[in-house]
Amino acid sequence: MADAAVVRVEGGYTYRRHALALRVMHWINVVALTILLMSGLGIFNAHPALYWGLSSYQGKPPVLSMTAVATPDGDRRGVTVVLGHTFDTDGVFGVSKQPNGQRAIRGFPWWLTIPDQLWLSMSRAWHFFFAWVLVLNGLAYLAWAIASRHVARDLAPTRTDWAGIGRSIADHLKFRHDDGEAATRYNVLQKLAYLVVIFVLLPLTILMGLAMSPRIDTVFTGWVDLVGGRQSARTIHFICAWLIVLFVAIHVFQVIVTGLWNNLRSMITGRFHVRTAPAAQPAIAAEGGEREAQ
Amino acid sequence: MKRSDRRKRRRFLARAFGLAGAGMLAGCDRLSQTSWVPSVLGAADHLSEGAAKLVARKAMAQEFAPADRSPTFRSNGTADPGTEDYQALVDDGFASYRLVVDGLVAHPRQWTLDELRAMPSRSQITRHDCVEGWSAIGQWKGARLSAILAAVQPKPEARYVVFHCADPMEADGTDLYYESIDFDDAYHEQTILAYELNGAALPVANGAPLRLRVERQLGYKHAKYVMRLELVQSFAAIGEGKGGYWEDQGYQWYAGI
Repeated sequence: MADAAVVRVEGGYTYRRHALALRVMHWINVVALTILLMSGLGIFNAHPALYWGLSSYQGKPPVLSMTAVATPDGDRRGVTVVLGHTFDTDGVFGVSKQPNGQRAIRGFPWWLTIPDQLWLSMSRAWHFFFAWVLVLNGLAYLAWAIASRHVARDLAPTRTDWAGIGRSIADHLKFRHDDGEAATRYNVLQKLAYLVVIFVLLPLTILMGLAMSPRIDTVFTGWVDLVGGRQSARTIHFICAWLIVLFVAIHVFQVIVTGLWNNLRSMITGRFHVRTAPAAQPAIAAEGGEREAQ
Repeated sequence: MKRSDRRKRRRFLARAFGLAGAGMLAGCDRLSQTSWVPSVLGAADHLSEGAAKLVARKAMAQEFAPADRSPTFRSNGTADPGTEDYQALVDDGFASYRLVVDGLVAHPRQWTLDELRAMPSRSQITRHDCVEGWSAIGQWKGARLSAILAAVQPKPEARYVVFHCADPMEADGTDLYYESIDFDDAYHEQTILAYELNGAALPVANGAPLRLRVERQLGYKHAKYVMRLELVQSFAAIGEGKGGYWEDQGYQWYAGI
């Protein structure tokens, strides 16, 4: 882009926060993860129960199931059974209203699945296509993040970061955030959250997805036993998916409380506004210039 | 930038995001109904199949201990074909059953169940993974498909083995189940035509008298009530041309994931 990396505006300055490659990969991820989650819930609905172990039929009940129970008045209520505890989840899990208003027995409701209706082959088609999108986008990100030193420079916590972790936790709990010079760097909890999601949660989710493939299971015979078997892998895949949802919820919350438009703009055009006068402006200009060269 | 301009731009952005989000999700649903989107999504199947062949062409499926077997092996899909012809086979204990092997082979022939039992066999305790998500473990014994193919000698142009079954998928007794596999799977050591489950004759609910075990693929590939093997160059002229009953309904032909 032609504009300068650092632009002075009233009461602060604007600089290029995110590189174009990162912005593009971020939004590809948003689309892929959304479709993967919703088509995944569509696949789950074909057999809305999770197990721990080698198989689903080992003489013990599922660890989680969404089912319908008959009521005395002849209707059915949706329930979710978790580790033997039954919760009434009627209307959302187990039994929910279809778009046409009729109540139907299904794990997750229509508005959480792709496609709306119970259509296993179509959910699978969406899921496996966007699984490739996620994997290829993830590999491109890793290559870029390592080559551009994004991981080393922006994500790896520094010694100062570790020393300030207590204060950072307190700040987060009080929803107190920097909008001055410190906002130009990720804070330590943010760095750790990104590192865990990028290097643990997403790879584990993908690996547990692969563990469900009877063909990929054969690559190293018996490797799926390392996590307790194929049905355990399916359960871990499900838990990981919801942990990613939890991360996204916190991420979006933080985006909102630390300045929705400024953050959103920085992920679209790349430009991020810092309120205070730049004390170390030359250093940042150099960094911005370096990023521009990529 | 003027404040009102900024506000206008923000409102535009918010609407664009909202529309894009809602449009994308509603769009996924509508796009599923088109003919071109499923075929684009299906391109990923070729990628998955190619990757699997690259990393695990001849690899063996995991085998388990007798204690890992499921207490009862779940019957899914057809539990009894229910046709007159099939019932006649059940009534005489499958004595009149004949497995027909024909198509692109040098020596088409038939096998009785006793002749199949005399063929080179394999016994294996394997995990059955249904496309719905559940798994069950059972012990299977059957004739090696590779031995049957060796006896009939496929012609050079043959590429697939098609399994024609006795179970109708329509209530009026039509639309017989069928499946197909390629030669990588057909000659795989664990690919057998099973006549025993957990040490007893294969029950009707699990596909008596003969079912395919193709251990590196999902359950729907494991055709039950197998009556005839046909070797073909292409399955385009069979059924609706996708290589199997469920494939014709939109499921993947390559069911390794």
